[in-house]
Amino acid sequence: MPYRVHCMVCAGTGCVSNRSLDVREALEREIRKRGLQEEIQVVTTGCNGFCAVGPLMVVQPDGIFYQQLTPKDIPYLVEEHFIKGRPAQKLMYTPPEAPSPIPRMSDIPFFKHQRLIALRNRGLIDPEKIEDYIARDGYQALVKALTRMTPEQIIEEITRSGLRGRGGAGFPTGVKWRKVREASGEPKYIICNGDEGDPGAFMDRSIFESDPHSVIEGMLIGARAIGARHGVVYIRNEYPLALERIQIAIQQAREYGLLGENILDSGLDFDISVTRGAGAFVCGEETALIASVEGRLGDPRARPPYPSEYGLWGKPTCINNVETWANVPPIIMHGADWYSQIGTERSKGTKVFSLVGKVRNTGLVEVPMGITLRELIYDIGGGIPGDKKFKAVQTGGPSGGCIPAGMMDQPIEYVAPDGKREARDYLDLPIDYESLTDVGSMMGSGGLVVMDEDTCMVDVARYFLAFTQDESCGACTPCREGTKLMLDILNRIVEGHGTMDDLRALEEIGWVVKQTSLCGLGKTAPNPVLTTIKYFRDEYVAHIEAHKCPARVCRELNTYRIDPVICVERGHGCGVCRRECPEKAIFGEKNQPHRIDPALCKKCGVCVDVCHFNAVIVE
Amino acid sequence: MELATIEGIIRQHGAQKSGLIAMLQDIQHEYTYLPEDVLRHLSRTLNVPLSRAYSLATFYRAFSLKPKGRHPISVCLGTACHVKGAVKILEKFERELGIKTGQTTPDLNFGLEQVRCLGCCGLAPVVTVGQDLYGKVTVTKVDQIIKRYRKQETAHAKT
Repeated sequence: MPYRVHCMVCAGTGCVSNRSLDVREALEREIRKRGLQEEIQVVTTGCNGFCAVGPLMVVQPDGIFYQQLTPKDIPYLVEEHFIKGRPAQKLMYTPPEAPSPIPRMSDIPFFKHQRLIALRNRGLIDPEKIEDYIARDGYQALVKALTRMTPEQIIEEITRSGLRGRGGAGFPTGVKWRKVREASGEPKYIICNGDEGDPGAFMDRSIFESDPHSVIEGMLIGARAIGARHGVVYIRNEYPLALERIQIAIQQAREYGLLGENILDSGLDFDISVTRGAGAFVCGEETALIASVEGRLGDPRARPPYPSEYGLWGKPTCINNVETWANVPPIIMHGADWYSQIGTERSKGTKVFSLVGKVRNTGLVEVPMGITLRELIYDIGGGIPGDKKFKAVQTGGPSGGCIPAGMMDQPIEYVAPDGKREARDYLDLPIDYESLTDVGSMMGSGGLVVMDEDTCMVDVARYFLAFTQDESCGACTPCREGTKLMLDILNRIVEGHGTMDDLRALEEIGWVVKQTSLCGLGKTAPNPVLTTIKYFRDEYVAHIEAHKCPARVCRELNTYRIDPVICVERGHGCGVCRRECPEKAIFGEKNQPHRIDPALCKKCGVCVDVCHFNAVIVE
Repeated sequence: MELATIEGIIRQHGAQKSGLIAMLQDIQHEYTYLPEDVLRHLSRTLNVPLSRAYSLATFYRAFSLKPKGRHPISVCLGTACHVKGAVKILEKFERELGIKTGQTTPDLNFGLEQVRCLGCCGLAPVVTVGQDLYGKVTVTKVDQIIKRYRKQETAHAKT
């Protein structure tokens, strides 16, 4: 008998860590207790995207959205919603300025502006059940590709759709497929690049966790198009749940005859194996990834030859990112014309962004290409928390750059589709591959880290460079030595020992590393430094000349003191700072003002974090 | 070294050189590190130079040549965690455990690592202890997290 109601409980990594599985258990228990088990089904889904308010649950078919659930809320929720028939308002989401809660998921601003293609099944299916995927038209595109399309037609469709590589570089997918198809050498291989290394991006993980069959179906269609018999899913070591789900999905696809020999009686033979990464950022680079699959050190090599000619085991190899593969079935299903009407002139379709950092609604969003930063950060993201000032947004991870907020005195020239030119604020920049490159950043894998006035741009630049310097494989000199030199300089600057010559040296070395490095890691590593110098030069100068960090992040340049009035009047001399201070540099009695001894203070800043009353002043 | 375990892992990956990384991963999982005698055995069995096994073991972050703690603690230093103050969380763990990042406590109860993004940026700052994930960690929560696992160890020692 069909169920009357489906409770979709999010079991993405974020919600699970907030104990969503306990919520599910409590829900199942309560439903049984009330004798509703024949009417209400509880489904665990992959990541819903709105990680900020987890654990969350959507009640279908009405799409009622519940958030921040605990097992204690469940009896009340079941009583109100399922017995009395009035959805439980107090468990719904209320945006900060809204007068009342919003019951339906589709009305919540975070979801309202999204357009789901790659993430089409998120939150709607149980990722560990192939039947759920099939019920949502899963593998229909494969049937179409096998029975009604020639490999040439598939490639033509993908090319016309305008789909470009979602891993960051944005190479046209159809063009790549054609190259591999036409390359000489057998067998041909297909690889799914799931080595999502950019800190701040987690869309690939989410796709594996919420809809793994969409990746398998995409790869199957790719296999038919280019004539491959074997595929490899390369998945990052840090994602155990994603690994488990893709392995389950592959096994189910085999049992259904969707992987293996003579698939759906079409003559196509194709199977997929899974390779776990072993923790090396550079393995996201395609030649390094291939070396790693072959069991070697993840060292990148010079290209050409590209993997499309000389890839895995020296054979033509088609390597695409997880999100790219997940886009393939809908394109085949609905056609290139449908897909290409979404997006901008040169960037078609949608892109998944992970909206994180100093923004209210953190999470994963899929939006049409060409959406503006303002829409992303304010309409979907709900703006900056705590009345702080928005300062910059970092895109593209360690390869990308920082785009400043509202620099009205330096507007950029925007050419509208009708050819009209206008000056636009950076925030109103329509985001696509080209526009981000034009401002010195890049799309990258889609990480979007929002920064507010409390973020120091010099520190951010140093953070990314420390990352790339550490992850540099050392194969080529400019990257190995250049990033080291740049990091040394940045360390000097944040410690207050920098000079203006250092700033010039940074720019010069950065330029050389960009021009002369072997692979994408080095070619893009200076971007965070160069963009922050370009847009936030005054912050660098403040560190160098005034020995001050305007955002009060760089600890060596700060001094800490406790406001005696706030400490006593609001905090009653609670003493938490004294107990937490690792240097025992804070003195004071209960109900008395506390005091930091500057001679003992090592400037770690812990006192600021632990004080509930904001009594610690940083200058 | 338990020969049967190692042989089992080698067979599982087809006893091929190309499966070397996967074998090392399984060995790391089994022992919490890559013991020298196991590496030597592997290199003899697969007929690969020991230097190659060593270079893989030191290149990839997932591998360790020293035992990791029973409760490996990973503090995420991804971008979102960084801007939300993850460094202070890491320092607090160092102080509480009395070890530096990358080290293991002498009783082998805890190991401390920094990781580059666990992909839970919506919950920054994030810490994992073994399979457990903690989001929105603060300096004051660090004590509670450590206490929970210390309790487990004491309970374990009693039984």
